[in-house]
Amino acid sequence: MGFFQTNLPYLLAGISTGGQYALIAIGYTMVYGILRLINFAHGDVFMCAALMVIYSASYLPLYVSVPVAIVATGILGFAIERVAYKPLRTAPRMSAMISAIGMSYLLQNLALYVTGGLTKYYPPIPYISDSIEIFGAMTKRVTVITPIVTVVLIIALVSIIKYTKIGIAMRAVSRDFETAQLMGVKINSVISATFVIGSLLAAVGSTLFFSNYTGVTPTVGGMPGLKAFVAAVFGGIGSIPGAVIGAFIIGICENLIKGLGWTTFSDAFTFVLLIIVLMFMPTGLFGEKTTDRV
Amino acid sequence: MSERVLEIKDLTLQFGGVVAVNSLSMYVDKGEIVSLIGPNGAGKTTAFNAITGLYVPTNGQILFEGKKIIENYPHGKMKKLYAGSENGKYKERLEPTPDKVTKLGVARTFQNIRLWKTQSVFDNVLIAKHMRRTSNVFTATFRLNAAEEKKQREETAELLNILGLYQVKDQNCTTLPYGLQRRLEIARALATDPKLLLLDEPAAGMNPQETLELTEFIGRIRDDFKLTVCMIEHHMDLVMNISDRIYVLNFGALIAKGTPEEIQSNPTVIAAYLGEDKNA
Amino acid sequence: MDKTKKRDLIVSLGLIALIFVVVAVLEKVLPTTSMLFTVLKKGSIYALVAVSMNLLNGFTGLFSLGQAGFMLLGAYTYAILTIPVEARAAVYQYYDGGIVQFSVPVIVGILLAGVVAAFFAYLIGLPVLHLKSDYLAIATLGFAEIIRAIFQWDKLGGLTNGSNLLRKFPIFHSTLFPFAVSALCIGIIVMLINSTYGRAFKAIRDDEIAAEAMGINLAHHKRLAFTISSFFAGISGALLAMFQTTVQASQFKSAMTYEILLIVVIGGIGSITGSCISSFLFVASSEWWLRFLDNSETYIGSLHLGLLRPGFRKVVFSVIIMAIVLLYQRGIMGDKEFSLTRIRQRLSGLFKKKKVQ
Repeated sequence: MGFFQTNLPYLLAGISTGGQYALIAIGYTMVYGILRLINFAHGDVFMCAALMVIYSASYLPLYVSVPVAIVATGILGFAIERVAYKPLRTAPRMSAMISAIGMSYLLQNLALYVTGGLTKYYPPIPYISDSIEIFGAMTKRVTVITPIVTVVLIIALVSIIKYTKIGIAMRAVSRDFETAQLMGVKINSVISATFVIGSLLAAVGSTLFFSNYTGVTPTVGGMPGLKAFVAAVFGGIGSIPGAVIGAFIIGICENLIKGLGWTTFSDAFTFVLLIIVLMFMPTGLFGEKTTDRV
Repeated sequence: MSERVLEIKDLTLQFGGVVAVNSLSMYVDKGEIVSLIGPNGAGKTTAFNAITGLYVPTNGQILFEGKKIIENYPHGKMKKLYAGSENGKYKERLEPTPDKVTKLGVARTFQNIRLWKTQSVFDNVLIAKHMRRTSNVFTATFRLNAAEEKKQREETAELLNILGLYQVKDQNCTTLPYGLQRRLEIARALATDPKLLLLDEPAAGMNPQETLELTEFIGRIRDDFKLTVCMIEHHMDLVMNISDRIYVLNFGALIAKGTPEEIQSNPTVIAAYLGEDKNA
Repeated sequence: MDKTKKRDLIVSLGLIALIFVVVAVLEKVLPTTSMLFTVLKKGSIYALVAVSMNLLNGFTGLFSLGQAGFMLLGAYTYAILTIPVEARAAVYQYYDGGIVQFSVPVIVGILLAGVVAAFFAYLIGLPVLHLKSDYLAIATLGFAEIIRAIFQWDKLGGLTNGSNLLRKFPIFHSTLFPFAVSALCIGIIVMLINSTYGRAFKAIRDDEIAAEAMGINLAHHKRLAFTISSFFAGISGALLAMFQTTVQASQFKSAMTYEILLIVVIGGIGSITGSCISSFLFVASSEWWLRFLDNSETYIGSLHLGLLRPGFRKVVFSVIIMAIVLLYQRGIMGDKEFSLTRIRQRLSGLFKKKKVQ
């Protein structure tokens, strides 16, 4: 009971962080599934979403600015794909990845320019930023809300992928890009949709994340982005359930490690976990096994 | 009594529940040209991949020059799934990587040409000589292996000369016409100093004239390089002209073996293969 | 054929010698505080690490993102081993002067920096090198992050000084020093690439299955490329430490690896001269040429450019990078090398065309 009591806050925080990572990881894994591209700029989209809330909140009430920022992030994701990735559709894979790194660089530097290098603080959102008590542990309400929001959004996403036309097209494209194109699937709209969905989810994740950790700097997207990506790889990149499970495992482990007082290693541990998994399962938990055709 | 170069015993390859090669036993003697034929998807290339170490067989044994080089038995997940026969006959797990098999003297070509695309014709062959080096990374970097390098270059030039590729040696290999690319793949395989050459559909995509040339060419290199040849082929004129013996595979299993004459008159083969596709 | 090769070699060596002479003269003429020297020093260090990364990504086809981690290992090894004994008490003030109580000469320190990085690369390579493309990338990136965390761990403070700075180790003053070390190392890498091993690396890059079928031991050669690449990354880490005069683990983030990867790709994957040229261009534009953009007091005539304020330089810089990435997809050099012969052929080609007209 004592162990449970001391570790409960960390476990709760872990589930919450895991949910936030999951929302970001989906963006990585969906883009990878379709374009075989590691979208390095995704973590920065997550950061931009936060900045948009901060800046719009000074003109608009929160209940307007948050949805506006989320929609704007979706548009940002769309624009990034059009500017940085679409022209490279036929280029070698490395080019698109470099373009992603360049985009990430650009977004960070833009943020640096706009913020003037100062840490901006996320506005407290009524209700979800309030403190509550669970089993005697104090925490913010967002901790409890995150997993619920995550699960609801994932169910929505899975339904979209399973039942809507665009979802079927997405699955077709991720299975076989060229054949899908030959069969008349509108590749560009599928890819745009993927980026928009990924960015929207990242924006929601960002709202939840920064309600907890309120400081926003231009490079703040780096670590959560990287960890969400690790989560996606962990689960087998390209697989949505894999990304979600990976994200929760990583979120929980990371916070439990912090609970043990090993904060220096909370980031590194994520990678240790990843490498151990990759050693035994070279394509992650749910990744497709690839065999080379000879 | 001729010398046995390759002997395959009860070779089975199973992927999940699919049996690609089922209890294949065959042998190739020194100096022979043996063909492996069968409809598409019969498991011919899979068998080649097992011989060269690219795939690990599920069950069975492969001997090269009388020495056991590959052996496996169903274990782990395969223990339950295994659908082949001869379970329990083999006890050892011997799984060399492809480079080890090549080192012993087995070289191959690929069905879908796999040249090193950014390299010149000359370098494609020269790289295959890398395996027979005596230098290490230090001596090679600091050019202490100049004599060996020179020898390798001379041998490469000679090989290209024999195969009629010397004129195009400085071209990028992808600029060659299809027939020459196939020939370059054979040159590359020969550069590894093989005793056994495995050709995977050497005549694929060739017209009758080119096929005729190739027939002669394969016979010639067998004699010149004192090779033993095992090949997969669909062009029946080539196969029947050149082969000493033929094995016929269908759905992973051996359905016939014998000399070209025996195969041509074998009713099972005609039903399964020749009868359905007279033009092949 | 062989004659032109020999001539090319002599011309290239002559060019390199010329560059050294020019730098030496510049050092005599210009004030030592000139930004030019900062750019040349840092550029040469980045050129070395970019070439070492190119050896992996461009020539062996291994997509590795661990470069910053190996530079960290090199930088720390050099710093820890060369801080003079009498300065150790001041540097390791929180750790009773640290546990290393000797120091080695600069050259030995630099060499050991490479050796330590190579040793760790060997160990890391064992579990990860069989992974495919993106999985390899993220695993190596992960190792770099793990190394960084370990070096910041206060339990190892006696060795690494925890998250504090390491300083007071010997540094260089002349630009010629990093130039010489980088040129030597890059020269060795070029010789490796042109050797039989280099050809085997390229075969692995072009077609792994064919390479293995032709008797090239994949595991051995990949490990070799990885270890050698890390050796030189370690040396460049040592040079970077000397350039900065201090070392701290927190600066060797994955952003650093991305930066190096950008340099490699902008220069052209598979081009050594491309990597070198793009290193200098990258460093010069990010630190020097665009600096006026950060100055809010810049006027064109009497027009005050309102956008200009600190940070604008980096925005412009990243836009330029994006433009290069999008417009020159194969980098400035592609996979070709810079050679006078080619330029001469180009020029004479142009000349001939004009004559015909």
